[in-house]
Amino acid sequence: MADPMRIRANEAGGVTTVRVLMSHPMEPGTRRDASGNLVPAHYITDVVATHHGKEVLKAMWSGAVSQNPFLSFKFKGAAKGDKVVVKWTDNKGESRTDEATIA
Amino acid sequence: MKQNRRAVLKTGTALATLVSLGIVTAEQALAANRDAFAAKSLADALKAVGGQPATSDQVQIISPDIAENGAVVPVGAVSKIPNTSEIYLLVEKNPTPLAAAFMIPAGTEADVQTRLKMGQSTNVLAVVKADGKLYSAVKETKVTLGGCGG
Repeated sequence: MADPMRIRANEAGGVTTVRVLMSHPMEPGTRRDASGNLVPAHYITDVVATHHGKEVLKAMWSGAVSQNPFLSFKFKGAAKGDKVVVKWTDNKGESRTDEATIA
Repeated sequence: MKQNRRAVLKTGTALATLVSLGIVTAEQALAANRDAFAAKSLADALKAVGGQPATSDQVQIISPDIAENGAVVPVGAVSKIPNTSEIYLLVEKNPTPLAAAFMIPAGTEADVQTRLKMGQSTNVLAVVKADGKLYSAVKETKVTLGGCGG
């Protein structure tokens, strides 16, 4: 199981800014190790963020997203104290869900 | 190994040809959006995304002029076009140019930021889809140290 995500969500003037830092190797599958073997691909393919069960952002990624990916987005309609849930799924089928309270 | 690579390239080209011939329509290509990530050239990736976008000053791409470390380049996109529903980030000279796609539901602002890898100095594109039309913005980022490892 991967390490937890670090999520910060702040509401100001009706707009909530969510910043997520995920912990993931994000191997693109094109790199070679010291002995010349391809390092197998292992990266996050899907990220879904929800607020009160409603999708507020969906992202599809390739291996070109950096290691320990950072994601920031903004949405309207949330209040302080609400929860934002972020879930990622990688190409090996592993997934992780974390949540944060909007401040 | 070499042969494998050839086969992969052939498949990619074949798919692109199918799209260009209109046998596989853009909509179908979009439905199987994952295919866009396998596109090996910018033209193919744009085709898989839905066509040639129009340049628009309402789309803003955030990418540094010079990136010292190609493994971690902060890239973002902001669209001021109403009803923006999708944002794509493409790195022209990466082996697979399409790096990330974002679906923006109503209520979410067309303003996303992440970090991408870049193998070399390249143009970075933000392509947005609003009301079914595509708009784009380009910025060149110089990379001092490539991020694809080797």
